[in-house]
Amino acid sequence: MLDGGAIGRTAQPVMRLHGVGYRSGNTDILSDVELTIAAGVPTLLLGPNGSGKTTLLRLLMGLIGPSEGRVDVSAVDGVNTARRAFVFQKPVMLKRSTAANVSFALSAAGFPVDPLVVASLLQRVGLAALADRPARMLSGGEQQRLALARALARQPGILFLDEPTASLDPAQTKAVEDVVAAIAATGVIIVMATHDLGQARRLAGDVVFLVGGRVLEQTPATQFFDQPKTQAARRFLAGDLVI
Amino acid sequence: MDGVGAFSLLLSGDPALFAIVRLSLFVTLSAVMLAAAFGLPFGAFVALTQFRGRGGVIVALNALMGLPPVVVGLLVFLALSRSGPLGFLGLLFTPGAMIIAQAILIAPIIAALTRQVIEDLWVEYCDEFTAMDVSPLGRVAALLWDGRFSLVTIFLAGFGRAAAEVGAVMIVGGNIDGFTRVMTTTIALETSKGNLPLAIGLGLVLIAIVVAVNTLAWSVRQWSERHAG
Amino acid sequence: MRTRLIAQLLAAAAVTIGASAPSAAQDKSIIVASTTSTQDSGLFSHLLPLFKAKTAIDVKVVAQGTGQALDTGRRGDADVVFVHAKAQEEKLVADGFGVKRFDVMYNDFVLIGPKPDPARIKGSKDILAALKAIHLAAAPFVSRGDKSGTHSAELALWKAAMLDPAGAKPAWYREIGQGMGAALNTSSAMGAYVLSDRGTWISFKNKDALEIVVEGDAKLFNQYGIVLVNPDKHSAVKKDLGQAFIDWMISKEGQSEIRSYRIEGQQLFFPNANPEHLKKTE
Ligand SMILES: Nc1ncnc2c1ncn2[C@@H]1O[C@H](COP(=O)(O)OP(=O)(O)OP(=O)(O)O)[C@@H](O)[C@H]1O
Ligand SMILES: [Mg+2]
Repeated sequence: MLDGGAIGRTAQPVMRLHGVGYRSGNTDILSDVELTIAAGVPTLLLGPNGSGKTTLLRLLMGLIGPSEGRVDVSAVDGVNTARRAFVFQKPVMLKRSTAANVSFALSAAGFPVDPLVVASLLQRVGLAALADRPARMLSGGEQQRLALARALARQPGILFLDEPTASLDPAQTKAVEDVVAAIAATGVIIVMATHDLGQARRLAGDVVFLVGGRVLEQTPATQFFDQPKTQAARRFLAGDLVI
Repeated sequence: MDGVGAFSLLLSGDPALFAIVRLSLFVTLSAVMLAAAFGLPFGAFVALTQFRGRGGVIVALNALMGLPPVVVGLLVFLALSRSGPLGFLGLLFTPGAMIIAQAILIAPIIAALTRQVIEDLWVEYCDEFTAMDVSPLGRVAALLWDGRFSLVTIFLAGFGRAAAEVGAVMIVGGNIDGFTRVMTTTIALETSKGNLPLAIGLGLVLIAIVVAVNTLAWSVRQWSERHAG
Repeated sequence: MRTRLIAQLLAAAAVTIGASAPSAAQDKSIIVASTTSTQDSGLFSHLLPLFKAKTAIDVKVVAQGTGQALDTGRRGDADVVFVHAKAQEEKLVADGFGVKRFDVMYNDFVLIGPKPDPARIKGSKDILAALKAIHLAAAPFVSRGDKSGTHSAELALWKAAMLDPAGAKPAWYREIGQGMGAALNTSSAMGAYVLSDRGTWISFKNKDALEIVVEGDAKLFNQYGIVLVNPDKHSAVKKDLGQAFIDWMISKEGQSEIRSYRIEGQQLFFPNANPEHLKKTE
């Protein structure tokens, strides 16, 4: 079910961006963004460094508001679109133990702090053995997985992931992709930024291709990889995109 | 008696000297607690809230860190005097008055440094907390807890300043033998009597106590950073 | 949870402070505002335990400059004022802030000087001539400069010698604005003359460079008086306990204890309460 895009199919739109721009000072970071996030398949944000992936995710999460345009959220059966979670590109760990970080996310989301739930969340991201370690002493990859566990603790309807496997080794990358695929299968809407083309192929879904703060393509993954519409996308896929 | 004598008096449990040391610790620790009870929430509030005049409040807090003890002593004296607005409390020339004076002296230190610590931490945590939907109260609690090691250092700064202070406690406590006489006022008194060796000995005891308290706090911090994260 | 903790801390602090305030009902203690020189002499450590043994009254002595001690009484922050500045004590009574003034004892001032004695006045019994010699020699002189009883006595002596260094402020005349002990320490450090009460001088530990140069002039006598703060002005004044202390100080027993207080064999204070009153209190 992870192959093939949602655009133009049966999938329901969950979030829609109309003519969205985001400006910081005099710099346009995002311009004229038209975008639909749909239920059913993961949405992958692809694009070179500085193309605006993180900014777009923050906008979708509601951490920042658009300078122009509109963000619409629609209700979808069986998905709590109000409950969103975010795994940041550089997640910040609370100065506590690994387990306490998960407990904190649980209670912030209004769930009772059940040690069994904490243990199973850590199990899912492969951190069960490190439960009592100070979280800030975990490696970069371990911290990213802990951030994923914290996000899962919220039982989100929409999960935003900003390059969650950027500092993971191949085995861990696969493990995280499996977790993401598993929760996508339960109906959670996944929006994920990545540079990793292989990952995009494995997970997608829809691809949103960004360059210089503009959405150049939004297509099903298979189509994006097989017949990219734009010159920029072809060069990006060939590995020699220069902005 | 010489400087070493003050130590041996203390070690041999000389009750008068022991009582002075105990009162010093009691007054200063109470003052730190009282100052923390106000300074901590206030510092956290200023760190996390946007309001008109916030910049002014921060400048004022930072400036008040350098409050001259004698001025604090005088103001507390005027307030607590029988002829002052709080005279009915009958607190002048009691340890309570000394606690209040020291607390006023160090509350701005605790508030200003707490604001700095909490604000720095908040910059780090802001996005995560927003994404996790942490309630305002939950944020304050989490920031205070995660800033606990820095906050302990702040308390120590307050403790050191209060313990070393003489001007304010002299004025509001009256240096009454066996009742409001603390280490610093004893040192001042013995100096004025020309009893310099005893004064120096007591000074060394005071320094030793401050060093001991700091060593203890540092060890606790080392231990818990390693074990509690 | 955090707010509860803070509330508990506050409550604990309030209890702590409240507990340290003496509760009027059971507390048998008074506050006596007195001078640093009286305290530094050690007289109170001798008298107060005896008084407490007899009456179970705790006397808390706040030692201040004479001016400050009188002000403490005037504000109602003390029950009894025990100082040595007769004119000001009488003014306290005249203004209605004191009930009545009683003579208690006197001690005397001594002129202390550096051992080399640059003004060549050692052994003199004439304080005015000695001050003139210091003035002439422009020898360093340390003044308390703190409006204390000793300071006023010093100023009065200069005036009697027809000199006014406090007004003219020559370089050799140094006002330090501190207590007697500090003035003696300063004099020792800079080889200066200084007027001191005998009590502080005898118990002063850092004498090395200093010695008495002038003593025994009647102009150097220093009268102590005791006054009960007027309860009509300040209702918190513990009238009965305060009066009990005054009565004891001028009683035969108190007077003889004052006489018997000695340091290194020397008597510091000479009781001189009104003999009529002595009879009355027996
Ligand atoms: N607050 C800001 N103020 C000014 N410029 C900003 C701000 N935030 C981001 N930018 C700029 O906007 C552009 C897009 O940034 P963004 O972080 O969204 O890129 P990205 O696609 O996530 O890049 P990367 O792949 O490196 O993570 C960059 O040029 C960045 O420098
Ligand atoms: Mg990014």
